[in-house]
Amino acid sequence: MRRRRTLWPYALTSIVLFFGLWQGVVSAGLVSNFVLPSPVEVLDRLWTMANRPFAGFLIQEHLASSFLRFFYGFALAAIIGIPVGLAMGRFRLFEEFFTPLFESYRYIAPLAWVPFAALWFGTGIGGPIMVIFTGAFAPCVLNAYRGAQLVDRYLIEAAQTHGAGEFRIAREVLLPGALPSIVAGLRVSAGLGWQSLIGAELIVVSSGIGYVLVVGQQNLSPDIVMASMLVIGLTGLVIDYLLRFAEARVRAKWGAA
Amino acid sequence: MSDIHFEGVTKVFSRGGRPFTAIDGIDFHVADKQFISVVGPSGCGKTTLMRMVAGLDHPTAGSVAVAGREVTGPGPERAVVFQQFALFPWKTVYDNITFGMRSKGASRAERDEAVAYYLKLMKMEGTEDSYPHQLSGGMQQRVAIARSYAIDPGVLLMDEPFGALDAQTRTIMQEELVRLARVNPRTVLFITHSVEEAVYLADRVIVMGRNPGRIREVIDVAQTRDAEAWADHPIDDVMEMPSFTHLRGQVWRLLREEMGSDR
Repeated sequence: MRRRRTLWPYALTSIVLFFGLWQGVVSAGLVSNFVLPSPVEVLDRLWTMANRPFAGFLIQEHLASSFLRFFYGFALAAIIGIPVGLAMGRFRLFEEFFTPLFESYRYIAPLAWVPFAALWFGTGIGGPIMVIFTGAFAPCVLNAYRGAQLVDRYLIEAAQTHGAGEFRIAREVLLPGALPSIVAGLRVSAGLGWQSLIGAELIVVSSGIGYVLVVGQQNLSPDIVMASMLVIGLTGLVIDYLLRFAEARVRAKWGAA
Repeated sequence: MSDIHFEGVTKVFSRGGRPFTAIDGIDFHVADKQFISVVGPSGCGKTTLMRMVAGLDHPTAGSVAVAGREVTGPGPERAVVFQQFALFPWKTVYDNITFGMRSKGASRAERDEAVAYYLKLMKMEGTEDSYPHQLSGGMQQRVAIARSYAIDPGVLLMDEPFGALDAQTRTIMQEELVRLARVNPRTVLFITHSVEEAVYLADRVIVMGRNPGRIREVIDVAQTRDAEAWADHPIDDVMEMPSFTHLRGQVWRLLREEMGSDR
């Protein structure tokens, strides 16, 4: 095991300093708490929202509904994106066919899909899932594609000359070979998906954290807006942490190989 | 019955936009269960020749037929042992050895039996659950050879399988391969850079020339080998026997001529 210098005291100091300064500025009356609510107010509001329904639901129910949408969209992006990427890495035909489509799609912001998402799949669960999907899809494809391209040609040939068909090659050679790259892609993908979701909820949906934020804005309650931002950020952090953990596991196992 | 028939096999690559003839009209027949070594200067197309039998490359003209059927793509009846071992790093020794067997639908019991058999034969008992990176180069290549033998292929293709090993391991592997070939004879096409290896292992040695790649000469080893009973002696002794050094010298001279013709 490689020894690392303990860095958490620095991280802790930065957090304490940040919130201390924030609370200080508001408490000292330098800015109105209508422009910038203090951290104590935000946490207090969060506690209230956890116990009394706001915009129809408790905050944790909003979060659960957001997370479920995120999960479906993200899973769909992975389930479709990874095989497409692997196929692009394996077959020149797929590569030539998909690359131009893909390269132009990549630069369309997920939020640009919101009108069509709402039109095609409605504002319930379908529309938001499509928006998350459009955000999360590209990194899934791209990293599976690059990962598959990096798989040693001899491994594929060894599989072929030992009787493996394309399906088995994909499952037992390309997928595990590309896995480190795929997991790295999933992290990027999750981040983009989560961001896109909040964007979608700001515009079209009537539940979820993004929706809470919009309602807070309409009610002129900056503490609600800030509280939802906090929840969004923390949830993103947790998602990233989980995938980072998965990535480290894969690297530990594969890196030794 | 798995013989190999090369008929007017020609391979033209495009090199920098210009056609380059790697192999020019090779006609040759490898009999069933015959061990053929192929030597030649680099660029003579010996690897390409093997890849065309494997179905990983395709002739520009002519045809390669195995057991009377034209080769159109890769298949388990023509297993390849690569210089780079090409073991699946994420699979255990057990799963690597049985990779091809699973393509053929072998039962768990058959697979267990094969793994036990080959690991014992190669003195590698107890490594079933190891991953390739935990093994030495020699052991990795043993696993790769077992993987190919385990599917019982009609033809075994070996592309400089010992090229990445140190000299000592290499000698041990050569001896083991001879032993393996005796208990389990196959039609083998063995590509190598080493003249000694070629002569020691083969029934016949093909010496190839380059620009364009073609067969320069075929040297029969089997007759001398059997008459002098090489199999009864350890490899180091064989390599000092006059019968061996004579054949080695013959191959060397041809090879030197081929290399010199280019300077």
